[in-house]
Amino acid sequence: MKRILLSVAALAGAAAFFAFSNAPIAEAAQAQGDVARGQAAFERIGCWACHGHQGQGGSTGPKIAPNPLAFPAFSGFVRTTSGEMPPFTARVLPDQDLRDIHAFLMSVPAAPAVATIPLLQ
Amino acid sequence: MSKPEAKKVDRRKFLAGVAVVGAAAVTADSARAAVLPNGQIAPVAPSALRPSTLMAQVDNGVHAPPAALGTHAGLTQGRPGSDYMLDVIKSLNIDYVVTNPASSCRGLHDSIVTYGDNKKPELITAMHEESATAMAHGYFKASGKPMIALCHGTVGLQHAAMAVYNAWCDRAPVIMMIGNSLDATQRRPGVPTTHSVQDPGSLIRDFTKWDDQPTSLGHFGESMVRAYRIALTPPYEPVLIVMDEDLQEKGFAADAFPVIPKFVMPTAAAGDPNGVREAARMLVAAENPVIVADRAARSQNGVNLLVQLAELLQATVIDQGGRMNFPNLHPLYARGGGPIATADVVLGLELTDFFGTVNNFTDSAEVTQGPRVKPGTKLISIGMGDVYIRANYQDFQRYQPVDIAIGADAEATLPMLVEYVKAEITAARRAVIDKRGQAAAAAFANSADRMRTDAAGGAWNATPISTARLSAELWAAIKNEDWALVARDQSVSFWPHRMWNFSKYHQYIGHSGGAGVGYGLPAAVGGALAHKANGRLAVNIQPDGDCMYAPGALWTAAHHNIPLLTVMHNNRAYHQETMHLQRMATWRERRVDRWKIGTTIENPNMNFAKLAESMGVVGIGPIENPNDLAPALKRALEVVKSGEPVLVDVVAQPR
Repeated sequence: MKRILLSVAALAGAAAFFAFSNAPIAEAAQAQGDVARGQAAFERIGCWACHGHQGQGGSTGPKIAPNPLAFPAFSGFVRTTSGEMPPFTARVLPDQDLRDIHAFLMSVPAAPAVATIPLLQ
Repeated sequence: MSKPEAKKVDRRKFLAGVAVVGAAAVTADSARAAVLPNGQIAPVAPSALRPSTLMAQVDNGVHAPPAALGTHAGLTQGRPGSDYMLDVIKSLNIDYVVTNPASSCRGLHDSIVTYGDNKKPELITAMHEESATAMAHGYFKASGKPMIALCHGTVGLQHAAMAVYNAWCDRAPVIMMIGNSLDATQRRPGVPTTHSVQDPGSLIRDFTKWDDQPTSLGHFGESMVRAYRIALTPPYEPVLIVMDEDLQEKGFAADAFPVIPKFVMPTAAAGDPNGVREAARMLVAAENPVIVADRAARSQNGVNLLVQLAELLQATVIDQGGRMNFPNLHPLYARGGGPIATADVVLGLELTDFFGTVNNFTDSAEVTQGPRVKPGTKLISIGMGDVYIRANYQDFQRYQPVDIAIGADAEATLPMLVEYVKAEITAARRAVIDKRGQAAAAAFANSADRMRTDAAGGAWNATPISTARLSAELWAAIKNEDWALVARDQSVSFWPHRMWNFSKYHQYIGHSGGAGVGYGLPAAVGGALAHKANGRLAVNIQPDGDCMYAPGALWTAAHHNIPLLTVMHNNRAYHQETMHLQRMATWRERRVDRWKIGTTIENPNMNFAKLAESMGVVGIGPIENPNDLAPALKRALEVVKSGEPVLVDVVAQPR
């Protein structure tokens, strides 16, 4: 059963890769993302629970913003991961929501430089 | 009136006994030092600071008994048995008894506050037996001295049970005492009988080291002293003494109190020299040894010994944080468990979970697991886990095969291991070891830089306030004080252990042990009570969900003027559970927006500052803007320095 699941995950990953390896289509999909809707989805489905409200990461999940993965890699991971993070399929997270979430993560401003923060010196 | 029991106290004989026992203790220590390798007399490391009862035992012998009582049948005829019980407790140099008042303990309660004048031990009022037990738990870890948690029989012990389990898993010698009425013909009908039980110890026997229900004063004296000794023989664990109500309350002839049994502090079991020598050879021969410590250090001496061993080997140390084992700014301190993957020898010191240390386990729809270490990695275990174990509760974790298993106390074994390691290091190995140390120092420096970058990039200016910002602002406020963190920092992503400077044993007390929620606040109050004696600033980073299990601990802090700086990590959720719910929904491809139901603490939002103020604790906040944190903490520091508890409510990121 485990082997079958891994195969399915691999196929899904491959499918995601091929689906988004077409650059123009991927760019168009990303362009359709809406920051406000993405932030709302990020909060609604609880991505922030592991990754923080700004995607900054913590002990429960890695940093995913600012500068998130490019959308193809981002989408491929979200759809097919089988690790501690459960896979979010299109049944529970529609493609548009995923694009919106990515747009929100892209909008997170860059962190202040360490040198500008006295508490971190 | 009862018949006289045993012999009365003869102070001269008692003092002579104390002296003999003291001499025996010194002799025992000397003998242990002589066992070190190859016939050498190795320097004896200073002993861990252990609570001493000698002066208390001497002092206890000079109390004059009060005047005879019982001038008519409606009064206690003679000296109440609970006075003797208090004498025994005093002989053990117990500073505090924490209780939620209970009729089954009324005899001893009265003796403490009248006969004992509420001094050594002083009564601390808790608002729940679970809190009382957690306070005793936290107090021990901060002071090294046991505290008594005095609870009602049956229902009180039922309340306390989870906290006892925490103490058991965390190896904390909480002294549980409860009242119970054995004689059905003497106990009051109704509720007191409902609250009586044949075998109260059975309720927590799976996670206590020993219990007894004495039926005479002489029996009580022996069992109380035995319980104390058992609890303080590593591995430290909770014990239970049941006080019969009738025995507490009935009167005894003035000369009927038995002699208080003498006590000497037990020593810990050190490892078999052959096994320790073999471990030393393996460690010295290793190319990349890694030391993992969980509850290895029981005192500052344990920290010093671990530093000595790590530096001799230039081995990275992964401190799992069951206690303060290793300074976090030492170049050999590992920020995270990564070094396990490249180790060729792993030395585990008092690990709760060796299996989980060297294996991956993924909580996915179909569990995946496998080794985290390289094939062929040698494993050495030093700890009391195999020596002292119970079958029912699974806190012993999964079985992990190892190459050398030394069933002994780690701190007691470290002096011998250090000497054997010294003896094994040749000039050629010294060169390899030194080179390894240089690489470790470089890696540590890089990790420090990464910490700063991560903190800045961790939503530094965001609302809700990031846990990195919370930790940095708090560190700035306390770093020039004599501080101690009386809480775990897991909920704030371990930022204090990445940013602060933990160098002393007392600066960190680890975690609950059993992960039973409701430990945090009362344990912090107990820790703060211990630090109060040294004028030390106790700091608590308090998760919101845990706080609401036992908020009454705030009242205890206010009532007893226990200075404690509590900073709420208010993420408005039982946060861990939110993630579990998401996992369930995604695995099942169901609605992933339903996870808030049953897992969040909002609508309405808690106002912890008002909660604190309702119990007499100064409340500040809620603080939602990170720029408001520094002034809030400054004000809080002023309050706590005045000797009072204070709470700052910080609305923060989830982790």
